[in-house]
Amino acid sequence: MATLGELAKLIRSKNAGAFNLTFDVMFANEKTYRRVLASNVLTRQSFVKLYKVSENEVKFIEYDAACAIKISIPRPYIQGDLEDGDMYGGQQHGPLVDLIIPD
Amino acid sequence: MTEIRILSASGQIGSGFMESSFARGISLEPHVIACDGGSTDAGPIHLGSGKPHFSRPGVKRDMRLMMLGRNQINVPLIVGSCGFAGGDAGVDWMLDITKEIAREEGLKFRLATVRSEQDKEYLKRRYREGRITPLHPAPPISEAIIDRSAHIVGMMGHGPIEDAVEKGADIVLCGRSTDTALFAAVPLMKGAPAGPVWHAAKILECGTACVVTRRRPDSIMAWVREDHFDIEPMDLDSRCSPQSVASHTMYENDDPFLIPEPDGTIDCRGCRYEAIDDRAVRVYGSQFIKSDRLTIKLEGTESVGYQAIIIGGVREPYILRHLDEWLDAMRSRFAARVQEIFGGRVGPNDYSIHARVYGRDGVMGKLEPLAHEIGHEVCILFTLTTPDESTTDAMAKTFAHFALHYPIPEWSGLISGLAFPMGPANVNIGEVFRFNLNHVVTPEHPLEMFRTKLMEV
Repeated sequence: MATLGELAKLIRSKNAGAFNLTFDVMFANEKTYRRVLASNVLTRQSFVKLYKVSENEVKFIEYDAACAIKISIPRPYIQGDLEDGDMYGGQQHGPLVDLIIPD
Repeated sequence: MTEIRILSASGQIGSGFMESSFARGISLEPHVIACDGGSTDAGPIHLGSGKPHFSRPGVKRDMRLMMLGRNQINVPLIVGSCGFAGGDAGVDWMLDITKEIAREEGLKFRLATVRSEQDKEYLKRRYREGRITPLHPAPPISEAIIDRSAHIVGMMGHGPIEDAVEKGADIVLCGRSTDTALFAAVPLMKGAPAGPVWHAAKILECGTACVVTRRRPDSIMAWVREDHFDIEPMDLDSRCSPQSVASHTMYENDDPFLIPEPDGTIDCRGCRYEAIDDRAVRVYGSQFIKSDRLTIKLEGTESVGYQAIIIGGVREPYILRHLDEWLDAMRSRFAARVQEIFGGRVGPNDYSIHARVYGRDGVMGKLEPLAHEIGHEVCILFTLTTPDESTTDAMAKTFAHFALHYPIPEWSGLISGLAFPMGPANVNIGEVFRFNLNHVVTPEHPLEMFRTKLMEV
């Protein structure tokens, strides 16, 4: 087994405008990308639990051309509001890095 | 059709590019040079205050090279979202820089400014007519919200840029604009196919963000032909791969396949990315689905008052054991102190004191799955907000002292519960803003929200 962080080439989060947040989980090759998808560890449902959002608010996209999984949700706080602690949305992916992907 | 070439100087004017890369781009004779100048990424402060994000010398350096390059080949130069937020103040700032360079270099050209700051009476009328509709998710909208906004801009598509170029503009300084429109306008005028044009524009707008290993912001070029486009970074040591270009299509969008524009949607579902060599990529299958109506996205900000921050560390195990109770109690007891100092002038709803706890959930807030875990020390960032600058300053000074000595039940006697890393403990931030719109307008006429002015420089 390995962590998602060990298997991915890049895991990042970022604003998609001031009202949405997007996560990119990118792999160096199709084999690793398929392995992670097949593990069913990172799914729409697991993301719903991990990020406390309702299922209909989650866009979960398998992007084969880039060997990447893309997930988008409404921002937990509007960008730059008093409660928002991450102007660029660049540090919201932490919990994904340590997800365990079985062999 | 003949091939159309588009040169992107950099991902953002002011972030820089290599002179050699840009010169190589110019030598390949692009039909248009464009560069984006803005974003909402740095937050509502720029639209709210009118102040730019990048430095004047940095922007001027990039603009000078672009203007000199343009002058060599006499093609349109388009700069978008001037001054970062694309408000009128940003256009004025960029206009001033452009004229200064023209004087210094002895350049002559026809210049257009296309402003996108919105008139409040116009917006209220469109709102009453039901022509302003929310995107998802959107904060509530009302005529009062429009009225109290500091600035509102509409995001122009290619239409107003085409209009300016048709009127003979050599240099177009745009207010807020979609990043892609800057690169798409001239090729569309020349009859290039919409699908490849828009998709190429999406890749070009971030400069070399689509290369395999991005060393620095730099110039990149696209060649648009009948059923595909090619993309290649101008620095010969830099390279694109099919995966790096495909990956960039998804950057900063919530969907990598369908990317909305004012008059349609870029559809990348059927795209095929092929390597031409080890540095250039060819993309087939990009489509543009034309919408039956034009929609212009609004960005708005309103003031939330004046802020000060206080940074303090906590290492005391007893405080850490019930940190939230300590923070809540000190803030509710502080209300009496506010009453003592300001009398009735500052009521309980006129100010807020927010505490962010780094080392626990400072970064993710309510999304933090490990919020129950706390380390042996934390950093607390207090944010105080009041309606005016002098009240904020007075309150921040008073609160810093009050919080420092706020007691805990475990100890009897005076404590100092916050480790301030600097003095003074409070830092005044000034006026701050919030985004208050995520809506689109359906105009009757494609140019009615934008004001174009031509001038000879």
